[in-house]
Amino acid sequence: MNPSETIQVAWKSLTSNKSRSLLTMLGVIIGVAAVIVMMAVSAGTEATIAESINGLGSNLIFISSNMTRMGPGQASAGSGGLVYDDLEAIRSQISGISGATVDQQTSVTVKYDKVNLDSISLVGVTTDYLDVRDMEIDEGRWLTDRDNEQAAKVVVLGSTLAEELFGDADPIGQAISANNTKLTVVGLLKERGLVSGTDFDYQMYTPINLVIKKFTFSMFARIQGDSVRMIYVAVDENANMDDVILQTTLLLARRHDVTVDSADFTISTQDDIIQTQASTTASFRTLLSWVAGISLLVGGIGIMNIMLVSVTERTREIGLRQAVGATPGDIQSQFLIEALMLSLLGGFLGVVAGVGGAMLFGKFGNMRTVILPYSIVLSFCSAALVGIVFGYLPAQKAARLDPIVALRHD
Amino acid sequence: MSETIIETIDLKKVYGMGETEVLALDGVSLHIESGEFVAIMGPSGSGKSTLLNLLACLDTPSDGHYLLAGEDVSDMSRAELAQVRNRKLGFVFQSYNLLPRLSALENVILPMMYQREERIPLHERNNLGMAALEQVGLTNRADHLPKQLSGGQQQRVAIARALINEPILILADEPTGNLDSRSSFEIIELLNHMHDRGRTIVMVTHEPDIAHYTQRILTIRDGKLDADRKNGQRPAVPVLQEQEGVL
Ligand SMILES: Nc1ncnc2c1ncn2[C@@H]1O[C@H](COP(=O)(O)OP(=O)(O)OP(=O)(O)O)[C@@H](O)[C@H]1O
Ligand SMILES: [Mg+2]
Repeated sequence: MNPSETIQVAWKSLTSNKSRSLLTMLGVIIGVAAVIVMMAVSAGTEATIAESINGLGSNLIFISSNMTRMGPGQASAGSGGLVYDDLEAIRSQISGISGATVDQQTSVTVKYDKVNLDSISLVGVTTDYLDVRDMEIDEGRWLTDRDNEQAAKVVVLGSTLAEELFGDADPIGQAISANNTKLTVVGLLKERGLVSGTDFDYQMYTPINLVIKKFTFSMFARIQGDSVRMIYVAVDENANMDDVILQTTLLLARRHDVTVDSADFTISTQDDIIQTQASTTASFRTLLSWVAGISLLVGGIGIMNIMLVSVTERTREIGLRQAVGATPGDIQSQFLIEALMLSLLGGFLGVVAGVGGAMLFGKFGNMRTVILPYSIVLSFCSAALVGIVFGYLPAQKAARLDPIVALRHD
Repeated sequence: MSETIIETIDLKKVYGMGETEVLALDGVSLHIESGEFVAIMGPSGSGKSTLLNLLACLDTPSDGHYLLAGEDVSDMSRAELAQVRNRKLGFVFQSYNLLPRLSALENVILPMMYQREERIPLHERNNLGMAALEQVGLTNRADHLPKQLSGGQQQRVAIARALINEPILILADEPTGNLDSRSSFEIIELLNHMHDRGRTIVMVTHEPDIAHYTQRILTIRDGKLDADRKNGQRPAVPVLQEQEGVL
């Protein structure tokens, strides 16, 4: 029996019972589709995260306070995390930086006229913020050093927030109230978009000193003085980033009287954040691969079951084929090819369903998906492997049948 | 000069083991020459099918030897036996054993699929299959499925299938066992016709009427060859004159 005949015979037997063949393939179809969709979803998520992190700016160093994690009880004097003065120290003592600023967010209720918005992020910043975070003024002006020294009650609005508060009206010069403190709008920012989960356009920006004075309610923070949670440092284009990180680490450790190992602050870069994210999404993807792999396995077991039933049902056929000259090898390859065809066809339909499903998810599921070519190859090959592995046992069973017994079977 | 097609030497077959051991065939030695038409008769359970299965290379003897056209097949592997069956033997079963999903023509040419040597090209197979169907008078049923055919017609398709690889020996185990007398005579006359054209045929039957058409009758009793007698003049087949399609 030559291969093309074997394939024809297998095809004929599969198409003669289409609904059963389809049901048999269902497990493989679902398994393969699951692999592709899951990998597309996780790749999409990864891409979204990577893009938003990239938007942070590759020249930025993020210094965050560890104190907030420890909680007040554990914070001893001298290791209370970042303070406002640290910013001034960095600006004056570290070489190779183009700017440094703080980012102190407080959630406030904003009112203007009849509009009342809850949980709006009020960000305490210094003048460097605009350049460090790569933002631009659209109308009016940005905050000045004088504003900060005087803790002036002025505010610059993000574009979407401004639109929600003022609609079409001109906000410049208007007074809004934030937690009952009146603030004068002096400027509007151009659109900046979503970066690392923060919508820069739905925030408002005010001098850090005003935030410290008026919007920091925690008693603890007051005792600590001018505690800040986050300092951003922009490294000069020509400067060495590692060098700046080292200088800053040493400076802050000295100022806080801590060793580098037990520091009350953490310094990270965009790359660090990307790596942390990558490792979490990688483990997420591993988990998904396992789930998908198991569903493929279940699909394989489905093929094996149906093939075993099919061998029993076709015992007489097997006996007759043997009688007219089929060797055990011929019978074995016939059933192996059948299993392989089921799994390959199932794999193909699974690829179609998976790619289609991933595209639908991307379009209507409010979820970004990136279809990875290797996930198609991988899942298709696994399906083929599943067919061979799980087709082997039924094929063996068929090949071992004794022709006399098989011919008498009813 | 006729050559020996079948030679068995003290052929034995034991089924089962220990307590349940059954000596189904207890030393059968026989010769069958080319061109003979032989009937095997005997009471139920005497070992007729057992003997035929051995002659058909579907089973191997527990003891003794079987030479098929001079070739000892007693100790061949399953794969080798499969090829012997394919090249040298044709089968007709009591229950026809056509594959239900294949058409009459496809059933007839099925054995060609398993040829190892001197394979006949695909396009020629259909022609040969049609020629075989013509011999059994069923060319007009070539595309029919087995379930669309009567029992007698199915058995005729099976005979065409048995002829397709030009076997040196045709074996039939109660080929008329499932048929009414009219169809039985159709089948026996077909076999007779094959015999007239030089085929060697060995057929198991327990119907004396049917055995009567052969030249030689072997009787098996308790696994032993009990009688081996020449059959005289074979009678003319009745009824067949008005049979359309046959012969
Ligand atoms: N596979 C088997 N296992 C055990 N015993 C068997 C087997 N096949 C046949 N036998 C026994 O061997 C003996 C001969 O059986 P066989 O089928 O050859 O009889 P037979 O002459 O063809 O009978 P019948 O006319 O009823 O078909 C019987 O006693 C039967 O029970
Ligand atoms: Mg019998």
